[in-house]
Amino acid sequence: MDAANYLYLSALLFTIGAVGVVVRRNAIVVFMCIELMLNAANLSFVTFSRINGDLNGQVIAFFTMVVAACEVVVGLAIIVTIYRSRRSASVDDASLLKR
Amino acid sequence: MISNSLVYLIALPLAGAAILLLAGRRSDKWGHLLATALSASSFFVGLYQLSLMLGRSNEQRPISQKLFEWISVGSFKIDAGLMLDQLSICFVLLITGVGTLIHVYSISYMSHDPDRRRFFAFLNLFIAAMLLLVLGDSYLNLYVGWEGVGLASYLLIGFWNQKPAYATASKKAFVMNRVGDMGLSFAIMIAFATMGTVSFTGVKAAVEHTSTAALTGIGIMLLVAATGKSAQFPLQAWLGDAMAGPTPVSALIHAATMVTAGVYLITRSNFIFDAAPTAQLLVVIVGAVTLMFGALIGTAKDDIKKALAASTMSQIGYMILGAGLGPVGYAFAIMHLLTHGFFKAGMFLGAGSVMHGMNDEVNMRKYGALRKFMPITFATFGLGYLAILGVPPFAGFYSKDMIIETAFNSGGIKGIILGSVTLLGASITAFYMTRVMILTFTGKSRWDDQAHPHESPWLMWLPMAILAIGSVTSGYLLSHGNALVNWLSPLFENHGEHEELLSPIVVSGLALTMVAIGVAIAFLKYSRNQVSDVAPENVSIFTRIARQDLLQDRFNESVFMRPGQVLTKILVRTDDSVIDGAVRTVGRAAMGSGASLRGVQSGFVRSYAALILVGAVALIAAIWVVTQ
Amino acid sequence: MNDLALQVGQTAAPEATLFWILAPLTLIAALGMLLVKKAVHSAILMAFVMVALAIFYIAEGAPFLGIVQIVVYTGAVMMLFLFILMLVGVDSSDSLTETIRGLRPIAITAAVGFGGLMISLLSRATLGRTAVGVEGVNADGNVQGIARLLFSTFVWPFEVVSALLITAALGAMVLAHHQRVQERPTQRQLSIARFRGESLATTAGLPAPGVFARHNAVDVPALLPDGTAAAASVNASLKARGDVLESSSFELGTIDTSVEEEK
Repeated sequence: MDAANYLYLSALLFTIGAVGVVVRRNAIVVFMCIELMLNAANLSFVTFSRINGDLNGQVIAFFTMVVAACEVVVGLAIIVTIYRSRRSASVDDASLLKR
Repeated sequence: MISNSLVYLIALPLAGAAILLLAGRRSDKWGHLLATALSASSFFVGLYQLSLMLGRSNEQRPISQKLFEWISVGSFKIDAGLMLDQLSICFVLLITGVGTLIHVYSISYMSHDPDRRRFFAFLNLFIAAMLLLVLGDSYLNLYVGWEGVGLASYLLIGFWNQKPAYATASKKAFVMNRVGDMGLSFAIMIAFATMGTVSFTGVKAAVEHTSTAALTGIGIMLLVAATGKSAQFPLQAWLGDAMAGPTPVSALIHAATMVTAGVYLITRSNFIFDAAPTAQLLVVIVGAVTLMFGALIGTAKDDIKKALAASTMSQIGYMILGAGLGPVGYAFAIMHLLTHGFFKAGMFLGAGSVMHGMNDEVNMRKYGALRKFMPITFATFGLGYLAILGVPPFAGFYSKDMIIETAFNSGGIKGIILGSVTLLGASITAFYMTRVMILTFTGKSRWDDQAHPHESPWLMWLPMAILAIGSVTSGYLLSHGNALVNWLSPLFENHGEHEELLSPIVVSGLALTMVAIGVAIAFLKYSRNQVSDVAPENVSIFTRIARQDLLQDRFNESVFMRPGQVLTKILVRTDDSVIDGAVRTVGRAAMGSGASLRGVQSGFVRSYAALILVGAVALIAAIWVVTQ
Repeated sequence: MNDLALQVGQTAAPEATLFWILAPLTLIAALGMLLVKKAVHSAILMAFVMVALAIFYIAEGAPFLGIVQIVVYTGAVMMLFLFILMLVGVDSSDSLTETIRGLRPIAITAAVGFGGLMISLLSRATLGRTAVGVEGVNADGNVQGIARLLFSTFVWPFEVVSALLITAALGAMVLAHHQRVQERPTQRQLSIARFRGESLATTAGLPAPGVFARHNAVDVPALLPDGTAAAASVNASLKARGDVLESSSFELGTIDTSVEEEK
């Protein structure tokens, strides 16, 4: 099997994640879609690591995971705060910048 | 040498103007007296200066006084200085003398006007500015006075500015004077650029090192200035309308003094015109054209003041003509200026006296038979009339005959043409002045029912009487033993006499014959027949044109005003559509793009995310295309 | 794949089998995540995708990352997601109807374009050299290899990331911390508030759910004396989730009381 197939899979997963960010309104689902995009990128890194024959790609993927974890922590905290103030987890409700 | 007193000549009337204007209504009771006193004291300072000057030898007569350093920029240094010489003193005495008489006259003439104090303030301002004009020792100082008299003239023509027509007349005079003033400023600029100095003595010394072209340029520009101020062709149109001002103003400013400033300027600049024959020829042409122009207008005017104004224009034409005839002519021009100052001021005051008695009626067709009711006015006016006609031994005979004689003697075909023009002018002058006399003082009365003609009070007839004496005697006094010519001769370089074409006796005879013809025609036309009290309508085309001031206003309107208005309209429209339009389009484009982009800023995070996605697609599409 | 395609070493048949079975499932799960209505279902599908990815990592010679993926993502992050989901509850944002006009067509068009372009680009990309595989660098063991890199070449980013972690933890605490602006009401105050409330009906507290004598589950509303359902007796979030049952299905049959009346 061709290792490039992993890259195609990664591209498709990334695309699905991107659509999810735009289409879904629930902030938590949007967040999960972002995680999906990050994971798709990670898959690419691991595949690149395999193609190049060194571990740099895997290390980068590792860092991405750490950063993603940080992001989840802070992001979820923000969602909770927003929910607490406006009783809604919809990203459309937080559109105060417009006015 | 007590040169310091020169400044008092100007300072006294200037202080009067300042006091009267600043004190306001508080000075209503005594303002006219103060102004008259200050004008008179200025006259006495002038007499004192004359006595001092008479005591000195010819070379030491001009005196000067530096007031302060005015402009000092690098090599460009101008001092505000005064200079009194034989020419200036003539003007000083004319201005202050006639000016004081007119002040006295105005006390009575303006007594019913609530703004009499303001009138006297402006009169004093005028006297000060006119004195500065003739006393300045450089063209720049002269320029200050030149503008000052322009201002005073504007203020006094529009003195009754509650009437829109009068306000318009003052504006017209001001604007047309500006055209002439531009000529003067150009002359000063050329003089400074080519000679590096603008003082009279400096320019005089620099003339021989300067190219004829530059001198001709200066001369022509000075001529433009003179035509503007002295109402000469082609800038003559304002003088008739300037009669909107009170009659004393017409007498002082628009007959005796300010309008002769052009003659003064040309005489003062004699060294330039002597070295620039082309400019001198132009001066002669302008003078000749104007003297005919004014005379022709004078024949058709029914308004007594406008008839006199046309006459003034014509007489100044004589002076300009004389001044253009070179060294011999300068003195005669000045002599005619002085005698004219007497008799024309006297006649204007007479006209004012008539108006005073006739409820401010100016139409001569509504006068008639006033001789019996205003004997003093008739007498003084009549003496002025004889003087302007040039009947011996009255003043005009001496001065005008000299100019006619000089014109004939200027040599060649030019001399014959000029001489004929001056003779013809004298004849026409006789015609229209006789017409004025007949219509006003003789025949049957054609008054309105309300008119109750009466003689003016003594405050008015006394100045008229003094001026009448002047119109009788001044000519003889000034020409007796060539008094004025000798007095002025140190100022002008004499290039020797031209050969005489006609002897003085012949010229006098010719002139008197022409005058007699003019008088006879006028008698036949107006004294024999009953004069209508309205202007007849079925008149020849020439009369109609002359009534419209030889179409001068229509010419100015169609040649200068209309194209100017069209140009302005085009410029305004261009400004609106092109320049403003460009600016507005930029603004509208910014606003439009902002309004359309505002839709993108919905505030919804997801729409932003969609835009990011679209951007990413565009980026990848670009990579896709590039790497193909 | 033609000759221009990415030259990558062919792998063993078992991996290909694994890939062709697991990759479509992963895509279906990811798509499902978008399409299902309830956020909880999305989270479960997401967990599946992550586990599948962990398997792919292991198959690609990155066992350390695979384990970390399972422990960190499936274990920690997904639990966090579910926890927050429970906290936030269910609301209208779960609806799949689009509220911003024109956004969905734009998103789908852009996504199709994006995916198509990416695949097209990948298919014509060339590496320029043959692929190597990680067998060589993994000779000493994958964990050891990563550790060697992490503590030598990438030691500085590693330290920075650790600082980032601490900062994120602090940030989360600050964001989530909720300061009380007033005293917590005592039981006495709450009782007084109940009596002085809008209506005396709330004085005794909300009605308990369940149908008297037959069914007392929390998802069945109580019945009022006139036989209608009492809305206040069921939790609002159950109603939002659509999990409330009809009480009518638990009604008893009509009791014939006519004989007794005759007596």
